[in-house]
Amino acid sequence: MPAYNTIAFRPELCNGCGDCMRTCAEVKTGSADSANARIQISADGDTLALALCRQCGDPKCVANCPAAALDKRLADGVIAWDGSKCVNCLLCTVGCAYGGIVYNAAAQHVVKCDTCAGDPACVRVCSTGALRYLTTARIYNEVGDLEDLFAPGLSGCQGCNTELVMRHALRRIGPDTVLATPPGCIPGMGSVGYNGQTGTKVPVFHPLLTNTASMLTGIRRQYRRLGRKVHAVALAGDGGAADVGFQSLSGAAERGEEILFICVDNEGYMNTGMQRSSCTPFGAWTSTTPVGERGRGKTQHAKNLPVIMMMHNCEYVATASTGFMEDLYAKLDRALAASERGFAYLHIYSPCTTGWRFPSQDNIEVARKAVESDFVLLWEFTPAAGLQLTRDVSHPVSISEYLRVLGKFRHLDDAEVHEIEAAVERNRQFITGLAQGQHPAMARLAADRADDTGARS
Amino acid sequence: MAQPVRYLLVGASHAALSALQAIRMHDPDGSLTMITRDDALPYSPTVLPYVVSGRSQPARVALKDESWLASQRVELRRGRTVTAVDTTDCSVRLDDGSVLGWEKLLLATGADPIVPQVPGLAGVKFHVLRRLTDAVALRDAVAGTREAIVLGAGLIGMHAAENLVKAGVGVTIVEMQPRVLAGYFDAEASALIETTFTDAGVCLRLGRRAAAVAAAGERIQVRLDDDSELVADLLLVATGVTPVLDYLAGSGIATDRGVLVDDCMRTSAAGVWAAGDVAQARDFYAADPGARIINGILPDAVEQGRVAGQSMAGDPGLRPYEGGVPLNTYTYFDQQAVSVGRQDCGATVRSEAGAGRYLRIVMDADRLTGIFGINSPFDPGVMWEIIQRRIDLGPVRAAFLADPQRAARGVMSRTWR
Repeated sequence: MPAYNTIAFRPELCNGCGDCMRTCAEVKTGSADSANARIQISADGDTLALALCRQCGDPKCVANCPAAALDKRLADGVIAWDGSKCVNCLLCTVGCAYGGIVYNAAAQHVVKCDTCAGDPACVRVCSTGALRYLTTARIYNEVGDLEDLFAPGLSGCQGCNTELVMRHALRRIGPDTVLATPPGCIPGMGSVGYNGQTGTKVPVFHPLLTNTASMLTGIRRQYRRLGRKVHAVALAGDGGAADVGFQSLSGAAERGEEILFICVDNEGYMNTGMQRSSCTPFGAWTSTTPVGERGRGKTQHAKNLPVIMMMHNCEYVATASTGFMEDLYAKLDRALAASERGFAYLHIYSPCTTGWRFPSQDNIEVARKAVESDFVLLWEFTPAAGLQLTRDVSHPVSISEYLRVLGKFRHLDDAEVHEIEAAVERNRQFITGLAQGQHPAMARLAADRADDTGARS
Repeated sequence: MAQPVRYLLVGASHAALSALQAIRMHDPDGSLTMITRDDALPYSPTVLPYVVSGRSQPARVALKDESWLASQRVELRRGRTVTAVDTTDCSVRLDDGSVLGWEKLLLATGADPIVPQVPGLAGVKFHVLRRLTDAVALRDAVAGTREAIVLGAGLIGMHAAENLVKAGVGVTIVEMQPRVLAGYFDAEASALIETTFTDAGVCLRLGRRAAAVAAAGERIQVRLDDDSELVADLLLVATGVTPVLDYLAGSGIATDRGVLVDDCMRTSAAGVWAAGDVAQARDFYAADPGARIINGILPDAVEQGRVAGQSMAGDPGLRPYEGGVPLNTYTYFDQQAVSVGRQDCGATVRSEAGAGRYLRIVMDADRLTGIFGINSPFDPGVMWEIIQRRIDLGPVRAAFLADPQRAARGVMSRTWR
């Protein structure tokens, strides 16, 4: 069974305007009487309740139908109602625990959401973003058909997010790739292989931490000389990108080498025993920023590497998270295309179950919370468009909701949490300012670009 | 005997199909044979009144078609009846004399109409309504009918009476209970339904039994226990159903009124499960967890089938059966009657009737035990969930009584959204 698109509801963003219901009624019945809408949002005390068909995977309404009038369509996952078969017995309403199929007095039969053939009218008119149409399913369906270019059975930790990033990214990038994986978790879990065999189905090499971008530059240039089109891709950790490997990375970005450099940021040197890196956030426990009688975790804030990369004014820079795969894939596609023209940098925030100390099944949830709390922000940059936020940052969940899930922050006191909150707020304002073009940095980048274009012409 | 099949499902309606789907979720490949006594593809007895009325075409009521069955690797044997079950060598005997071995057996043979012991009844042509062939025969008989008698005011009898009167037939319903649909609705709701029927011209003879039946030329004569006499062209016997158990004689499988099952739908015999109208299973409302009832309703057949299928396939995700909750929906003359739960397991905390509307809420302390309505909007599936989860409605009691649909949707959003 394929994955399907779905309508999602975030009650905390809903202002109860009722536009969704009026529009649904209008589209489905020609009158704007909300009572006839297939979506019903009702207030019960502080709760905004959503009565809407969930298009269940194993739908009881279908199983309860004695007339074969309901059918879960394999193609789009919608539970379709056939009025020519329905006998109005209402047994479907007994099977639905979501108020998603109800008798409608005006229609004189049961009614339910059909997702407007993949373009739900309720979502289109929702001005607050409370209703969204999630199309992430497409990715899983498409990616499922692509070849996994890593060997099975990599030796990552249980619940490793980085393995997910590697496999997804390489599947999408495809087989015409030369891959650089500098020391870190990625070769640690087997990308460069064992006993003379590689852990990938594409050519892979293991540069020094210091020279990843330089070696990749040479390989890319050599292939171009040979007339062969290959993707030159680095999968590096934050240590290999922000600290030890920064000199060669910065150089390649400045020269505009045609490379896609992916930094998988797990906020430390996790492979070698969880030492701090310049991407480790303030207050975090690591083995070199211990917590004890005197130590309180890291005493400096993290370096914002993607912003630094943006200031190289290279072809494409973006941040992404596995909590938001659709966004990640869109950026991966754009980064890949940009790497045909110049330097592309993709920074993927990647929670580490072992080094951050949280249960292995919670990885995606942690990744999601990091974004939802604005602890990390999702944005992209191109020289032409400047920095654009790709996800709304104006309704964050509380930072403490994110911090308390993670063992590495468990020791924090209120003052330290406050210090982190303040830093997150500063970063939010800084990035929001950049996105609105108010920051002088944006003006400078635009001016550089104009000069550059002028110099070339 | 040939190689035994891994799964043998006897019956092909809701319980068996639900079991089949649950099995295939866990075991996509195990060999599976389904046997139905009908020649038709799987269908639901519940659709039959609509076949009679002409709303449903017999060719379009199949719950699953050949291609779906093939996709699930099901061998469907149609028109075959199981005549005996041998739990020692794990086999069944069919009506053609063949023997079929199984590793796991599901009994989902449903129920058959009860034909009351009325003198003379056996000697006249009468209709029942349980199988597709019954429905087609009844539909075809309506054409030449001016007057009809329906014995029994249960759901089948009431549905048929409505169809007949809408087809211009004069209808008399004879019911030994003092009201219609006694097993489904309380006296007030029954009274509302009765009014609708009598307004439509149906003659109700409540609290009466048929004492004797005789042929009167082409017509049928029914004498009631008050010595009044009815004459009609068509007689429908709809006095209830009883589980089909005859083939289990000598099998050693424990039965009472139905096949006794535990909370995983296992019978007393190893490797044998039962589900649906044939099964006698846990009563959600009984204090004694050993109490067993036949809760012969479609949604429960689906639920029991799922439990049985998961148990048969060894699915570790199995959630045992929580006990039967009565659930009925009944649409008559464009009105909607819904009953969820029981009326006698708590106190009535809201009751109102009037202007063709009815609503009654029954609670045991702060837990919902039943909700019943006619033309009253609430979500039956949400209410079922609230009852089954034994949700404490104390914090929202006033709101729930004022607007059960809205409050229940709030509970849904906070609890299982």
